[in-house]
Amino acid sequence: MSTPNLTAEQIEFQEHARAWLAANPAPETQIDLPLSQLELATREQVEYYREWQRRCYEAGLVGTDIAKEYGGHGHSGCQDIANREMSRVGAPFLLNTVGLSMMIPAVLKHGTEEQKRRFIPKALSAEEIWCQGFSEPGAGSDMANQQTMAVRRGEEWVVNGHKVWTSFGQFAKHMILLARTSRDHKYDGLSFFLCPVEGHAGVTVKPLVKMTGELGFNEVFFEDCVIDDSLRLDDVGKGWTVAMTVLTHERGAAEGAGGGGISAVHPIERLIGLAKSSQRGGGLAADDPVTRDAIIRQAIVHEGIQQDARRAQVPALNDHPMRLPMGQGVVRTEFEQHCARLGVDIAGARSTLYKHDDAAPDNGYWPLAYMKSYAVTIGGGSSEIQRNILGERILGMPKSK
Amino acid sequence: MSKSNRPPKDFGFGPDEEMLRDLARKLLGERLPVDKLRTLVAEDHEAVYERHELQRWDEALWKEIVELGWTGLAVPEQDGGLGFKRAGIAGLVEEVGRSALPSPLVATLNATDVLAQAEGGRQWLARIADGTTATLAITNAVGSWELGEGDLSASEDGGDLVLDGAAYFVQDAFKADVLVVAAQCGGDRVLCAVPADSTGLSLVPDRIYDLTRDQATARFEDVRVAEENVVSRDAVGALERAWPSILVTVAADLVGCAEWQLQTTVQYAKDRKQFDRPIGFFQAVKHPLVNAMLDIDRARSLVYNAACAIDFDDPAEALKAARMAKSAASDAGAFISDRSVQLHGGIGFTWECDVHIFFKRSMHNQALYGDGVYQRKKLANTMIGEI
Repeated sequence: MSTPNLTAEQIEFQEHARAWLAANPAPETQIDLPLSQLELATREQVEYYREWQRRCYEAGLVGTDIAKEYGGHGHSGCQDIANREMSRVGAPFLLNTVGLSMMIPAVLKHGTEEQKRRFIPKALSAEEIWCQGFSEPGAGSDMANQQTMAVRRGEEWVVNGHKVWTSFGQFAKHMILLARTSRDHKYDGLSFFLCPVEGHAGVTVKPLVKMTGELGFNEVFFEDCVIDDSLRLDDVGKGWTVAMTVLTHERGAAEGAGGGGISAVHPIERLIGLAKSSQRGGGLAADDPVTRDAIIRQAIVHEGIQQDARRAQVPALNDHPMRLPMGQGVVRTEFEQHCARLGVDIAGARSTLYKHDDAAPDNGYWPLAYMKSYAVTIGGGSSEIQRNILGERILGMPKSK
Repeated sequence: MSKSNRPPKDFGFGPDEEMLRDLARKLLGERLPVDKLRTLVAEDHEAVYERHELQRWDEALWKEIVELGWTGLAVPEQDGGLGFKRAGIAGLVEEVGRSALPSPLVATLNATDVLAQAEGGRQWLARIADGTTATLAITNAVGSWELGEGDLSASEDGGDLVLDGAAYFVQDAFKADVLVVAAQCGGDRVLCAVPADSTGLSLVPDRIYDLTRDQATARFEDVRVAEENVVSRDAVGALERAWPSILVTVAADLVGCAEWQLQTTVQYAKDRKQFDRPIGFFQAVKHPLVNAMLDIDRARSLVYNAACAIDFDDPAEALKAARMAKSAASDAGAFISDRSVQLHGGIGFTWECDVHIFFKRSMHNQALYGDGVYQRKKLANTMIGEI
C-alpha cells in the first residue's frame, strides 16, 4: 500500500496515522448506527460520532493541514493521507462534514482573521456542528434563485425565509447561509453569512421525513432572525463567489473524508454474495446469464472509477485537466444507484422486505440503499445539472439556460 | 519488462511513452487528416462495395512508419525492436484509431504478441522489427474467439508440416508478409509462421464494410511449412499468454476512434443551428454526448490499467483487466458511433459525411476478438464462478 513520491513529512505522518488507527479502533456501542451522515437521527448517535471526530482531531487526523493558529496541526499534504487511511480501515464517518469540507475552506479563503480563530477550531473538534443553507423550495438546481432575504439594519441583518434539505440542521450550532441582499441582480444580489442556529431567536428547525421514513433532512425557517454584520463572509454581493468556493471543495472533499463502515465492503462482492443466495427461475440468481452480465457491467464501472481516479493523476493521459475530476461526481453517484437497484432486482420477492423484517436479505440494505441513492443523484447538483456543466465547461457546448 | 515491481500509479506511461504518442499524433495529424483519409478510402462509394476493389492504404506513409520502427514496437530491443511496454503501445494505437489509419500495424502488433510467446518465434520477431508485416490466422468459419478452435489441420511430412483447410476473419491479410497460423496436428495445436507467398496458400477477400482495413479467408492446400517456421507446439498457450495484449491493442484503437467521433460530433453540435440555436444547446443532444465522454473516459482508463497489468507481469489480473477494457471500449465505441450518426442528422447517414468511416472501423473492432457481452461472460466465469 505504500505510495511513491511521498515527502519525509508525509511518510512519517502516514506511519503515525496507521499506528494510531490500529491502536484506536472505533469504540463498541449498543446504539443503532446509521448508514451514513445523512441518516443521523438521535442525540446519542451524534454524541458517538462527535466523540470519534474529537479523538481523530486530537490524534492529528482531522485539521491535519490547517495552520496551528486556527487549531490545526500545521502539516502539509497530509490530510489526503489521513482520509485515505481512515477510509482504508473503514473508520466511522466524521460528523462535522459541513464544517470540515464546506465552512472551513470558505472561511480560510474569504474570512477575517477573527472569523478564522472563532469558528475553525471548534469545527475541527466537532464541538460545534455546522449545517448548510443553500437549498430552498424554489432554489434547487437553480441555486442562484435564493429568496431568503437579509435586510441591512445598521450593524445587523434581519433574515426572513425558508431553507430545505438541511442535513444536520437539528444538531447544528451554525449554518453557512446564502441569502439575498438585493433583488436587482440574480448572482451579485447574494451574500454569505455564518449564521447562528441552535437557540437563536427567529430560527426554527423542523425535521423533514424522507421517502424511506427516516429523518435526517430538515426545514429551517427564518422569521425576523437578527444576525450581526461581523458574521458576514466576504463582501456584500459576493455570496455566489463564496458558494462556488464551497461547492468546489465539497466535490474535492467527497473523495475520501470519513470512510464509513458500509463503503469498506466491496460493492461488487456484496452483489455477488446476494446473487449466490438468491433464487431466480428455479436456480441461483448467480447462474442466471442476464444477472451475471448485469453484475459484471457494474464491476467494470467500479474498476473504471478506480482507474479514472488513477489516470486523473497522470497529466500526459488527460487532454483536458478537469474532464476526469468533474466527470467523476455523476459517475460515482449513478454507480451507487445502479448497484443498489441491481441488488433490488437480484433480491427478487425478498426486496419487498423492510429492514425491520427478519427475512430481509442483508438486513434490508438493498431497497433502502436504492431509495437513499437519490440523495446523491439529486443533492449537490442533480445529475442533469452535472451533465449540463460537463457539456458546457468540458465539451464547450452552449449553455442550456 | 520489469518483474516483481509493483504496478506504478502512472501506468508506466512516462516521458518515452508520451514522446512516442505525441510523435504519432503529429505524424498522423499531418499526413492523414480526415480529408485525406476520405480521398484515400472513400472517394468512390462503388469501389469497395460494388467493384470489390481492395481497400486502399497509403503505402508511402507506411514506409515512413516502418522507418520509425513501429512494426517493432513490441519486439524486444535485443531482437532489434523498440521494446516498448504495452502502455506505450496503447498510447500510440490510440492515435492510430483516432486517425482511422489503414495499415497492417495493428495486425502486425497482434501477431508479434503471439510470436513473442512462442518458443521458436524469435527469428520472426527480428524480421518484423525490420519491417516484415504479419497477421493472425487463427479463427474458424463461424468466427469463434475460443483459442482452441479452428478449421486448419497439419500433418507431419519429414521434418516439415503440411497445412490444409482454411483460416477465417484474417485481418489485413492482403498487407501481411507472413501469417501466424494455428493448426491441429494430431493431439497438438501447433503455431506456424507461414509466408504469404507460400505455394498452396491463397487469400479470398471478405466483402466487409470497414473501409480502413481488409479481411480475408486464407485457404491452405498442401502448404508446406519448414521446420524452423513451426514456432510452437502449444499454440493455445502462446495465444492465451498474448491474449491480454491483443485485447488491449484493439481496445486502444476503439478508444482513439471514439474520441475522434466524440470531438467531431461535439463540434457539429456547436456549429449546426436549428430553431435559432446551436443544437448543442438542447439537452437531448448535450447529455448523450456527455454520457459518451464518460464512457470513453472509463474505457481509456481501463485500457491503461490493463496495459500496466501486462507490463508488470500479473497474468491473471492482466486478462481480467484486458477483458474489462475491451468490454468498456466496445460499448463506448458502439454508443458514440450511434450518436455520431444520429446527432449529425440527415447528413450523418450520407456517404458525404465522414462519420461513417469511423463508424465502420469501430463496428468492426467492437466485434473483433469478442464484443462486450462476450467479454463479460468470460469475466463472470472468473469473478462469479462457472455456471
